[in-house]
Amino acid sequence: MSKRITNAIALGMLWIAALITVAVLGTVIGYVVINGIGELSPRFIFTWPEGVAAEGGVWPTIVSTLYVTALAMVIITPIAILAAVYLAEYAVQGRLVGTIRFAADSLASVPSIVMGLFGLALFVEAAGIGFSMLSAALALSFLMLPIVMRTTEEAIRAVPKYIRWGSYGLGATKWQTVSRIVLPAAMPRIITGIILSTGRAVGETAVVIYTMGQAINLPVSPLDSGRPMTVHLYLLAMEGINLPAAYGTALLLMILILGFNLGARFFLRRNRKV
Amino acid sequence: MSETPGTQAGSGTLQLVSRRTYFKELALKNLFLLCAGVAVAGVVLIFAFVGVRGWPIFAEVGPWAFLAGREWNPTAGLYGILPLIYGSVVVMLGALAIGTPLAVGTAIFLSEIATPRVRSIVRPAVELLAGIPSVIYGFFGLIILRPIIADATGGLGFGAVTAWLILAIMIVPTIAAISEDALRSIPPGIREASYAMGATTWQTIYKVLVPAAKIGIIDAIILGMGRAIGETMAVLMVVGNAPVFPESISDPIATLTTQIVMDMPYAAGDHRTALFGMGIILFLVSMGLVALVRLMSRFQTAMESGR
Repeated sequence: MSKRITNAIALGMLWIAALITVAVLGTVIGYVVINGIGELSPRFIFTWPEGVAAEGGVWPTIVSTLYVTALAMVIITPIAILAAVYLAEYAVQGRLVGTIRFAADSLASVPSIVMGLFGLALFVEAAGIGFSMLSAALALSFLMLPIVMRTTEEAIRAVPKYIRWGSYGLGATKWQTVSRIVLPAAMPRIITGIILSTGRAVGETAVVIYTMGQAINLPVSPLDSGRPMTVHLYLLAMEGINLPAAYGTALLLMILILGFNLGARFFLRRNRKV
Repeated sequence: MSETPGTQAGSGTLQLVSRRTYFKELALKNLFLLCAGVAVAGVVLIFAFVGVRGWPIFAEVGPWAFLAGREWNPTAGLYGILPLIYGSVVVMLGALAIGTPLAVGTAIFLSEIATPRVRSIVRPAVELLAGIPSVIYGFFGLIILRPIIADATGGLGFGAVTAWLILAIMIVPTIAAISEDALRSIPPGIREASYAMGATTWQTIYKVLVPAAKIGIIDAIILGMGRAIGETMAVLMVVGNAPVFPESISDPIATLTTQIVMDMPYAAGDHRTALFGMGIILFLVSMGLVALVRLMSRFQTAMESGR
């Protein structure tokens, strides 16, 4: 067989691999949209589930999901950004930095159910916070930490060196340079990283299922329990009693996630400085 | 970074900033170090809290009976997790077998073949695939794939095959992204040299580029492996949740992760301890895979500097 024919066949296979990947994405999204779109109505979004089959809406689950996500974001964003500032601006390569990076990589790869068990053991039981938004948010924040840390560090490293030199040349201290020159320049990419990690938190199930509780409740204080959309979808799907509501919940979840993802992209494209 | 001028002012002989500024800068630096330490603290806390809850199972049941016990039957006091480990491994291997060619193919396509326009469609698609929540994959697998698999293999469609297909999709973004980075970091000159010798695109890819990016691609597969072993909800929804050794690939099985979710609501005593014990094993495996990737990249750096 001539090398041109081999080449054509092989490149064809690579095209097929890429097409399958895109087609799978299209199929999953299309399937959720087609089946869920008929369910979406103001009534579905803004009312409570009723009865054994959870007829009616999903409002408390939406609030629970957004509540816990926002709480986790508030907890972890400052820590993650400052940690990244340390790694990118202050740290000297060595054993300490190696340990920190290894820990962050490990956190990023912890199976979500292990993070859930950890949240249950530490926050729910040992710390006595109970099944609550706060317990779930704390467990989630460990999941988000490595994501925000990594994107922030990359963003800071992408800021050109000469900008810093200019600042030092004017007599600025390190912190003045970091806080007034480097971080503002890196901000669009940092915000993108935060949005992406938030999307991750919205879609998380195994971490929150045994830290937030599963009872349907509209959370007000951080110590209230609730049921996030992902757990609601899981329970509806596994019990198979109310598939239309499951489709509707899946679509809302998908809209939220895609909204976060596309929002982050759009934001980055508009504000790209570095 | 620390060699940047003008920053260590107070520590040298030259006093460039006031004492107050110096201490403020020092305090801030240590605060940032503390924040970075949260990641380490997280790992230690996970170890401590999952470990303390799970450790007694190794003492009570014995490590051998726990890890190599062939029967998981908590009501009878049998806590052998071998069938669950077997389930995790079977599900992971199948997903890798299907997902790896797809992901590496997509990565090669993105880095070597796609025009910028095509790339601008395929790449975000791969990234979005990573963003879709696992519970939606599970839902999709349960409602759409399961009946198809049931028709093809007989039975209910709950089992390894359905889990393979779903997980294969889920690990594609992980493997594709890291493989693509590895391919893109190969200097363009190497491609040009290959083309100049009369090689076709495909010859360049499999004789030059893939060997050059080998370590990066293996890293990607190892991390995909970690993702497959740790994945919980999607597998849980399609795997059938029977903690036994299956007779065929279409029989219901269970994995370490799924069994934890299934049993947690009612588990007590030794049973609960055993679930935390499984959590430790999962954590150690995922950390081990991360360590393996780091070792390999160190090995690669050593090789390149030795060349």
